[in-house]
Amino acid sequence: MALRVEKRFDVPRWMDWGLPLISFALALAVGALLLGLLGVSPLKAYGEMIRGSLGDGYGISETIVKAIPIALCGLAVALAFTMVVWNIGAEGQLVAGALAATAAVRFFPLESPFLMIPLMVLVAAAAGGLWAAFAGWLKARWSVNEIITTLMMNYIAILGLEYFVYGPWRDPMSLGFPLTPTFHDAARLPQLFGTRVHYGLFLALLVAFLLRTALRWSRWGYEIRVIGQNPRAAAYAGMATSHHIVLTLFLSGAIAGLAGMGEVAGLQGRLQPGFSVGYGFTAIIVAWLARLNPFAILVVSFFMGALLVGGDTLQVVMRLPLSSVQVLQGLILFFVLAGEFFRNYKVCLRRREDA
Amino acid sequence: MTASPSLVDLRGITKTFLGVAANDDIDFDVRAGEVHALLGENGAGKSTLMNVLCGLYRPDRGQIFLSGQETAFRTPRDAIAAGIGMVHQHFMLIPVQTVWENMILGQDGFGFVLSKKAICRRIGELADQYGLHVDPEVPVWQLSVGEQQRVAILRMLFSEAKVLILDEPTAVLTPQEARQLFATLRRMREEGHGVVFISHKLDEVAEISDRVTILRKGRKINTVRTSGVGPEELAEMMIGSRVVPAVNKRAAVTGETVFRAQELSVLNDKDLPALEGLSLELRRGEILGLAGVDGNGQTELCEALVGLRRLQSGRIFFNEREMTGASVRDFLGDDIRYIPADRRGTGLVPTMNLRENYVLRHYWREAFRKGPFMNWEAVAGQTGRVTERFDVVTPSLGVPVRMLSGGNLQKLMLARELDGNPRVVVAMQPTWGLDVGATAFVRERLLEAREKGAAVLLVSEDLEELLALSDRLAVIHKGRIMGLLEDPRRATEETLGLMMAGRPLTSPKEGD
Repeated sequence: MALRVEKRFDVPRWMDWGLPLISFALALAVGALLLGLLGVSPLKAYGEMIRGSLGDGYGISETIVKAIPIALCGLAVALAFTMVVWNIGAEGQLVAGALAATAAVRFFPLESPFLMIPLMVLVAAAAGGLWAAFAGWLKARWSVNEIITTLMMNYIAILGLEYFVYGPWRDPMSLGFPLTPTFHDAARLPQLFGTRVHYGLFLALLVAFLLRTALRWSRWGYEIRVIGQNPRAAAYAGMATSHHIVLTLFLSGAIAGLAGMGEVAGLQGRLQPGFSVGYGFTAIIVAWLARLNPFAILVVSFFMGALLVGGDTLQVVMRLPLSSVQVLQGLILFFVLAGEFFRNYKVCLRRREDA
Repeated sequence: MTASPSLVDLRGITKTFLGVAANDDIDFDVRAGEVHALLGENGAGKSTLMNVLCGLYRPDRGQIFLSGQETAFRTPRDAIAAGIGMVHQHFMLIPVQTVWENMILGQDGFGFVLSKKAICRRIGELADQYGLHVDPEVPVWQLSVGEQQRVAILRMLFSEAKVLILDEPTAVLTPQEARQLFATLRRMREEGHGVVFISHKLDEVAEISDRVTILRKGRKINTVRTSGVGPEELAEMMIGSRVVPAVNKRAAVTGETVFRAQELSVLNDKDLPALEGLSLELRRGEILGLAGVDGNGQTELCEALVGLRRLQSGRIFFNEREMTGASVRDFLGDDIRYIPADRRGTGLVPTMNLRENYVLRHYWREAFRKGPFMNWEAVAGQTGRVTERFDVVTPSLGVPVRMLSGGNLQKLMLARELDGNPRVVVAMQPTWGLDVGATAFVRERLLEAREKGAAVLLVSEDLEELLALSDRLAVIHKGRIMGLLEDPRRATEETLGLMMAGRPLTSPKEGD
């Protein structure tokens, strides 16, 4: 008997949702082995994670809090991925957005929330957008690989953040902690029902809806899908590919910038280092699991949020390190990417004699 | 030359892909001390046969004999061990490693500690022996394409290959580099190697080879001594002399010149000259056929004519309006249409559905939009109308077009490009790979466009098709027009063969 790999010509419909589910389940299974090695009962650990993240109202609200930036960043990278431009820099664009929102509060502290919030939205989107568009411009102008530039610009943004909070923007009353002063009330996004879930939620839902509509129905969405799926055909149709690379990366970065604004204005009320626990990176997994579908991104973000909150519970209740949760995330991405193989190929058994 | 023993002997090789025979019962042998050319058009089965010889494919049927002994290659490694080396079009070198490091790639027998000195000495010896000079210390990415090819050849010699297969080696070379390569090949012949030279360029085959085997559509046509045949005979064997079938074609009502290209010079994707001062004119209501062996600048010409490829020099006019330097969108509108040869790669987006592919070339039009949004209903209506008119068979308009057969893909593209009232149609290999029915259909549609007054440029490798459809026929060779026949029906295969082999038409132009 021998294994033989064949190219698949038509993909069964169930695979669209079935493969990610199977990948997810396998990742959890391998994760269970690892938890076992750490001397923890995997069933108990997974049980604690579910209880902590989805077991009660508080858990669910915390899951949504985590899901908001993940969803926005997921939508951001999904937009770029649709055009087959690999924006790995959502984390940096998120930080750029948060920095710009903080700068707006610091330098233009308006009294009315109806002016302050839109201003913060605007500058955060612009900052995240420009941060990404720069990589887009390098790609369009000199074919610089955007994977490298967007990735590296993450670190520039994060170090920039540290410069400001340790340096010029540090709160003199913070007893030496690297924090900016808390924002005034007009610069805080309202929170819902006494939980920490803030209006960023509506932002994420709105962006998902707009993105879905634009990609499916607008002329622009059609163009970026063609460019992504067959750049030669795009040239043949006279599409301005370079222009689209810059514009699409701008929009992608702008969405990630909104996520940063939501974190500082909706959750923390100030800027501090490490406010994002790698949401921009998690977003890549999310976009992939959701097969770039904006609505699916919302759903997957919720599960990723649950995984993070559940991970916190693991740390507290079972004394497991944070990295064990990150390993789980890595496993999920690994299995999802491996699952892609089965979308494109089928593996069959055959006897040696027919070879 | 005395007949030396065969180094390898392939007998009755048959290899089928998805029910299509790429090789059908082919015999082929290579002797010591000869250059054996393998000649054929694209898709004739040259690469398949050589991939069998170098162990990449296993034949469905047939035998391989090495110096008289039957063998079977399971992997390329077996073939290399047996002294058979192939230099692919892409050289399969490691760019970041140096020349000497590339030499030992995938070879056994060096032990754990490498003796760089010994390896470099051997490279030096081989380089002197065969005229393949290259610095062993330089990383491969710093070398020119020609030098990289030398490294790839050196590697085969280094592994003591007796049989060297070169897959279209001159395609990437400048004329000077090609001359150097030929000198090397002659040395190899003197040293008793057997060289297989794959090509579709007649003059090169005539210059370098001792014997030539001609393949056509997966079958072997003949193996002959090169000195005994002329280029025109080779061209005939390669393309085939075919009976011109009756095509229901009305007499041409050609009118004034509508499209004019003057002295076009363009580069190919490797930045080598593809067209050198080529001029042509298209008249209203005619089909101008363009014959030529593939790779003589046809693709570049078509792309230049529709604004997809930048001109180094030259001018283009449409109805006396200068189009030089205009954008693709200025070119490809209602009036000028383009049917690229590469349907899946250029003309269509395989993963998108029929509606999305139909609208590719006019999605920005008023009729298909509602503000910034696409009017998919209008698109669906139009797509339904034209796919019906052009007889595209599909389960629905919503399936990705990669699910369609080749014939239906082409019909879809024609539906898009020939709908309405085109003035100029540039059609490249429009019937390539289609079955008889679809071919007839495509030809009828081209004639229909011509009768409605379009000026059609038909680029094809199929002489039969060109003779049947063209009102005038031009032949292209190395980016130049070798001649223009005002009455293709009076053309003989010999004249065409000569022109395709690069001899300009000498008799004064008739008509005009």
